[in-house]
Amino acid sequence: MAQALPEFSGGKFTYQADVVLIGPQTDLDNVPEEHPWVKKAKLVAKPDQLFGKRGKNNLLYVNKSWGEVKKWIQERMNKKVTITQTTGQTTGVLTHFLVERFVPHDREYYVALTTHRDHDTIHFSTQGGVDIEEVWDTVVTLGIPMLSSIEEMDVEGFLPDELGAEKTTVAEFITALYKLFVDYHFTYLELNPFTLQKGSVVPLDAVAKLDDYASYQCAEKWGKIKFPQSFGMPQPTGEEDYVAELDERTGASLKLTLLNLQGRVWNLVAGGGASVIYADTVVDLGFAEELAMYGEYSGDPSTELTYEYTKTILKLMTKQKDPQGRPKYLLIGGGIANFTDVAKTFTGIIQAIEEYADHLKKTNVKIYVRRGGPNYKEGLAKMRKMGERLGLPVEVYGPETHMTKIVSMALEEQ
Amino acid sequence: MEEYELFDRNTKAFIHGTQERAAQRMLDFDYLCQRDEPSVAGFITPTGGGYYKLFWGTKEIRLPRYTSIDQAVKAHPEADVMVNFASERSSAESTMEALETDTIRTVIMIAEGVPERDTRRIAALAQKKKKWVIGPATVGGIKPGSFKIGNAAGTMENIKDTRLYRPGSVGFVSVSGGLSNEGYNICHRNSDGIYEGYAVGGDVYPATTLLDHLLRYEQNPRIKMMVCLGEVGGTDELEIAEAIRSGRITKPLVAWVTGTCAKMLPGQVQFGHAGAKADAAETSAEAKNRALREAGAIVPQSFDDFGEKIRETYEQLKAEGAIEPLEEPSVPHIPMDYRQAVAEGLVRRPTNFISTICDETGEIHNYCGVPIDEVIEKGYGIGGVIGLLWFKKDLPPYVREFIEMVLQIVADHGPAVSGAHNTIVTARAGKGLIESIISGIVTIGPRFGGAVNGAAKHFTWGLENNLLPREFVDAMKAKNERIQGIGHRIHSVENPDERVQIMINFARKHFPRTPLLDYALAVQDVTTMKKNTLILNVDGCIGVLCVDMLKNLGYSDQEIKEMIDMGFFNALFILGRTIGFMGHYFDQKRLKTGLYRHPWDDILYDVPDRPEKVE
Repeated sequence: MAQALPEFSGGKFTYQADVVLIGPQTDLDNVPEEHPWVKKAKLVAKPDQLFGKRGKNNLLYVNKSWGEVKKWIQERMNKKVTITQTTGQTTGVLTHFLVERFVPHDREYYVALTTHRDHDTIHFSTQGGVDIEEVWDTVVTLGIPMLSSIEEMDVEGFLPDELGAEKTTVAEFITALYKLFVDYHFTYLELNPFTLQKGSVVPLDAVAKLDDYASYQCAEKWGKIKFPQSFGMPQPTGEEDYVAELDERTGASLKLTLLNLQGRVWNLVAGGGASVIYADTVVDLGFAEELAMYGEYSGDPSTELTYEYTKTILKLMTKQKDPQGRPKYLLIGGGIANFTDVAKTFTGIIQAIEEYADHLKKTNVKIYVRRGGPNYKEGLAKMRKMGERLGLPVEVYGPETHMTKIVSMALEEQ
Repeated sequence: MEEYELFDRNTKAFIHGTQERAAQRMLDFDYLCQRDEPSVAGFITPTGGGYYKLFWGTKEIRLPRYTSIDQAVKAHPEADVMVNFASERSSAESTMEALETDTIRTVIMIAEGVPERDTRRIAALAQKKKKWVIGPATVGGIKPGSFKIGNAAGTMENIKDTRLYRPGSVGFVSVSGGLSNEGYNICHRNSDGIYEGYAVGGDVYPATTLLDHLLRYEQNPRIKMMVCLGEVGGTDELEIAEAIRSGRITKPLVAWVTGTCAKMLPGQVQFGHAGAKADAAETSAEAKNRALREAGAIVPQSFDDFGEKIRETYEQLKAEGAIEPLEEPSVPHIPMDYRQAVAEGLVRRPTNFISTICDETGEIHNYCGVPIDEVIEKGYGIGGVIGLLWFKKDLPPYVREFIEMVLQIVADHGPAVSGAHNTIVTARAGKGLIESIISGIVTIGPRFGGAVNGAAKHFTWGLENNLLPREFVDAMKAKNERIQGIGHRIHSVENPDERVQIMINFARKHFPRTPLLDYALAVQDVTTMKKNTLILNVDGCIGVLCVDMLKNLGYSDQEIKEMIDMGFFNALFILGRTIGFMGHYFDQKRLKTGLYRHPWDDILYDVPDRPEKVE
């Protein structure tokens, strides 16, 4: 914002940020050396982890000295908290805090820019701050249709009259902010609150979402940014990290999120859409607590990648037996592929299963297969032969069987 | 064609991108449906024009390639569809351009990763112009009997198995492209099949929504029931529920929203699709399934009985007489692609080419079986590589070293020799590297550089016929042939050529045997008796030592003769001397020398006054 706001406002607005981001590795005693202003100014501290409503959740610490802020952060760093948002409650660990210069102010304005299918909306209120939901009737909105530009809109006209002399400045600021919003491919941008000081704008808190699909177009504009994990997501395990690495290596897609290592249902499913349906069906049939993970592979991964991905799952799956000695289920599922070569991807899966055959037997794993698409007959035949050769219980089905049938076959067997 | 139809049996499309295989799949589908003409009018490939060859049944046809949308549209005003395979970086731009044309009415964006704002702009423009955009992030869709988008519906085998060559009564639409094929399969197994089916793509804001297509199906009297497969996130399914309530959708709709497992997952797990993320409670899968059910859609308990619900709905419509039984058409046979047939081991054919020195078809190219990385790691060097590619042998270190020594010795011999001279003259005439060195190389032969081969040939002949050195010299004289490789302008017995000495010493030290060198030196003893400059020169020494090298490598005399005949020894000279030619070329270019013109005073002009007249 420091670089772009002057550009989009013709130099009228600038933004000078005195901000320090504090993570779990930050040495708090070093901060005043690198940022001497923290000792001089009054400060604001808050978590910076992709959630809003920080004031409501008592996670906003305002107008304090560095000593106070340091203690406040130390007390909260790496602590688990449950926050309440409009979408419900989320529990997670606090790891990142922002410390900013406190700007004394008497007015708190609210502005939010949102996107919708056929228009963008500018929301504005003179009653900004933590309780914006409670004064939602003070919020005025301006819709900007997709093929229109902000210049065609009457920005000043939609702002409330109580802004008085500040109306023109606010309108100019919002116009510049909107241009920045569009050009930088934001999908959401909220300044709540912001204030005016001597005719210039001071954002006091901000929430923003960027469209990561635009990272190619915006590489220079955004600079080096890292998309953080959403709040409440556990830190990825070594295995999840490894799969993410495999995913980045190619055009194919490989995903793994662990849910419950004790779960007995493990899905090795091809396709983003199908993988969700397999997980759904496990849940819908009432076996949510048995679902061990969510994952998918798609985009015609090479035999080697499929092998590595399968191995990762088998390793986790065969780590320990079910304490009650019940069988575990490996569901090798998928719809009818458009162009992924089923025989080829199955070759990688079979290599991994061969390597883990003894472990799979020891942990009492039953394998169910359902798949269609290019060369599926050959792929399914290979799976059957593998079962016979290794003496593993493998059941194999093709497109004539409903896609998720193997879920109920496995779960209702017990 | 009615407003609510996107394609018919005469639809013509452009393929944007170099997607021959996708286009072939479209043509095979067309052929299977017994269309009169292929559905692909041509390709838009900004990287180049010309044409692609594709099959129409068993016959090969040519389809034009255009380098711009503008060109394509002018050549084929009848084409009203563009299947856009452009990457996510350029998909939006080319789609916008297509929408601005007068004739293209429907664009399908295959790319995944098009920025939201770009797609939203496209959707707004399409709406304004009353056009249709399907995607992005989709495989497309299919209208049985009429038109297939790119790779949709997978293999021909699958299309046959699920009878996608003829229309049924079900209008199908899904979010996921990967699942669309499964959707067609479910419809096929539980009804008379789909009338048409599309995947709108998994982005947050697809250019056309599930509802857009359902409203189209609603208007189409040939569609009797609709099937919709939605996804967690977004409000599209809620709008469908609203459309049912308000009576804009009246046909039976079997619907399911996937992502019911989302509530089990910590934080917000991002599923495979960008749009599959519930930001608010009412966009969760359960909430949307509930809303659809309450509005009157037919919603199963889980995906497991999705097919059952479709069957029930279809059977009821049939019982009511709303759906008439359909006559199954016969389908023509599509020849299998040669490549596929080879993969399945069904055909074979003799090859036209053979290579026994290297193979680039594997993961790492190899030289005579040695992967290139190993060549580098184990330090084969130029000598070792020549061994692999010329001799097909893993040469011992002394042979590699000898070859490299030869290359170094012959690399250049000054600017005056014919090859270097020609190179210089050509470079100065403003020609490029290739022309300049070629004009040098073409002078290499019997008189320039050819002495290596010649010497090998002469001395081998002498030794082979057991001629004593003096007998050999006499025999050559009797034949009136100069012995190749003997004689030097400056060097003599008293003033030996250091280069020759180095090679002889090396050979004596490392070669197990040097029979031809020994013979040549014996011949030298005879010739130097006549004149002390008639010594074994560099070319001669290289020639005889190459023969000795081959003998040491186990080649038979016959094989060595064949190698001499194919110019094997000249090869070493050509390879080495090319280094020098290139040096002369670069030298001239750096010096920016001008066109060379031979001076008059260096030419004897002796032209007769008049030519001899021949009657």
